[in-house]
Amino acid sequence: MTVASVADPTIRARRAGFGSDLLAIAGRAVRSIPREPESVIPALVVPLFFFVVNIGSLQDITESFETPGFSFKAFQLPVAIIFAVTGVSRASTLVTDIQDGYFDRLTITPVSRKALLLGLMVADFVLVVALSIPVVVLGYLVGVRFESGLPGVVVFVLLAGCWGVVFTGFPYAIALKTGNPGAVNASFILFFPFAFLTTSFVPQEALTGWLSTIADWNPVTYLLAGLRSLIFVGWDGRALLEAVGAVALVGVVSQTLALAALRGRVARR
Amino acid sequence: MPDEPAVVCRRLERRYGDTQAVAGVDLEVRHGEIYGFLGPNGAGKSTLVKVLCTLIAPTGGQAVVLGHDVHDEPEAVRLRIGVALQEAALDLKQTGAELLQLQGRLYGLSKADARRRLEDVRDLIDIGPALEQPIGTYSGGMKRRLDLAAALVHNPDLLFLDEPTTGLDPVSRMAVWDEVRRLNEELEMTIFLTTQYLEEADELADRVGIIDRGRLVAEGTPAELKRSVGADVIVARVDGDVSAAAAALDGVDGVDGVEVHGDELTISADDGSATLSPVAVALNGGAVTVRELTLRTPTLDDVFLQLTGGHMAEAGADEVPA
Repeated sequence: MTVASVADPTIRARRAGFGSDLLAIAGRAVRSIPREPESVIPALVVPLFFFVVNIGSLQDITESFETPGFSFKAFQLPVAIIFAVTGVSRASTLVTDIQDGYFDRLTITPVSRKALLLGLMVADFVLVVALSIPVVVLGYLVGVRFESGLPGVVVFVLLAGCWGVVFTGFPYAIALKTGNPGAVNASFILFFPFAFLTTSFVPQEALTGWLSTIADWNPVTYLLAGLRSLIFVGWDGRALLEAVGAVALVGVVSQTLALAALRGRVARR
Repeated sequence: MPDEPAVVCRRLERRYGDTQAVAGVDLEVRHGEIYGFLGPNGAGKSTLVKVLCTLIAPTGGQAVVLGHDVHDEPEAVRLRIGVALQEAALDLKQTGAELLQLQGRLYGLSKADARRRLEDVRDLIDIGPALEQPIGTYSGGMKRRLDLAAALVHNPDLLFLDEPTTGLDPVSRMAVWDEVRRLNEELEMTIFLTTQYLEEADELADRVGIIDRGRLVAEGTPAELKRSVGADVIVARVDGDVSAAAAALDGVDGVDGVEVHGDELTISADDGSATLSPVAVALNGGAVTVRELTLRTPTLDDVFLQLTGGHMAEAGADEVPA
């Protein structure tokens, strides 16, 4: 080989543009998903496990207190979805990139800085939607049916996917701010108040005292209500609007934190 | 070739808190040359490269790369430079081919052009079918070559190589030297190369800048720098009072200068073979025992010793974070 072959004056670097950068970064992140089964398998198993265990342990007692025809399986399906999509992100990979210097290599290119983060989130959306499907299938197999029909199932999965992506802003903010894998792993703690201080196991009207107050302020309460409305009610505009609003509200906070951390990381200080 | 230099630094500074990693460096790199930036660990080499390739901003002075100020126009700089940093910065889970194609896409190459460039640099990487294997399975030398290929995929005008052979075995080191020479000679690519290896700067660089504790202490061709020490160098290792031995060399015919370092006297002379005997006689008459007396031509380490009072290999002890 001669290095002359390495030269091709007709090919010159130029700015690719945000859309191209976003797809390139997302493509790399999506390709890495099947290569990291250790990060995907727990996200697949945990929601299915909780779905089965919660139904097995609480179905009889809950249905005995509720109105006839109430299905605890249907009530639990949105919880399983939230468990499947919350906290699933490429934040650990991002930390590895930072520690290995690959993030620096990317920032030396003319890539859009925002694409470095949002590209990962696009991959996260693909992943959480994929993780939702087995849960929905399991729900169907145990008899859960949607009053809103197949379009309702699609909205159900997309809404849950949006929540999953919105939540990734927190681990990404921590990853970009600290570059520390331990801190990113610790961000999983955020999952617990969102997922458990809400209507995970009983309806809102059955909650009392401090838990009821916290559940009233927990955005996941409204998300679960919106998701459940697709199963129990059909198309409930108000419930869906409140669910979208709750996701948007958390999204404003998490994405603001993540973008601020990104600015800090690429600030060339 | 453009008239203006490829790289211009004017009083360039980079400070980390109270530590001055780069302390007012002035230098120019001409188009088409290999500029060797030589210094011990912690001297400020990598920090200066990071400023020039827009990873960090200068805290004082100015740096212009290919006509663009690194502070005001970092994106314009990024489009025209290629960078291989000190540690091969790679994603171990991607294959080599995926990494190079992604790199091409981020530099705005179409998918077809990115594929073409992958084929162009495939021979440079010279790792055969492994290019389709995960980078995590590569040896250190393969990673280095892939890192170099990633820096070249978009046809940069200026290539920064930050200690490209550190940690490589001698064979891999020679292979990198050959590639650097070819890139420069056949493509007329300007190369800014940092190194802590004297022989690397001597072998590759058209001009060398020597940096110590953030300051550029000398600059010139390797031959010019070595000539500044003298035509020859006599090195004496002695037991006893070294200062007295140095004093004994005062006024000896042919001795241009004496540097004392530990038990070693480095004596510069215009005509070493004629000066060797008078030096031996003078040392013999002093309060020392001469263990070893050698005559050789100057090296860049002698230049560094004369300028800083220490050897390159020992000067990295007092490191500055890069």
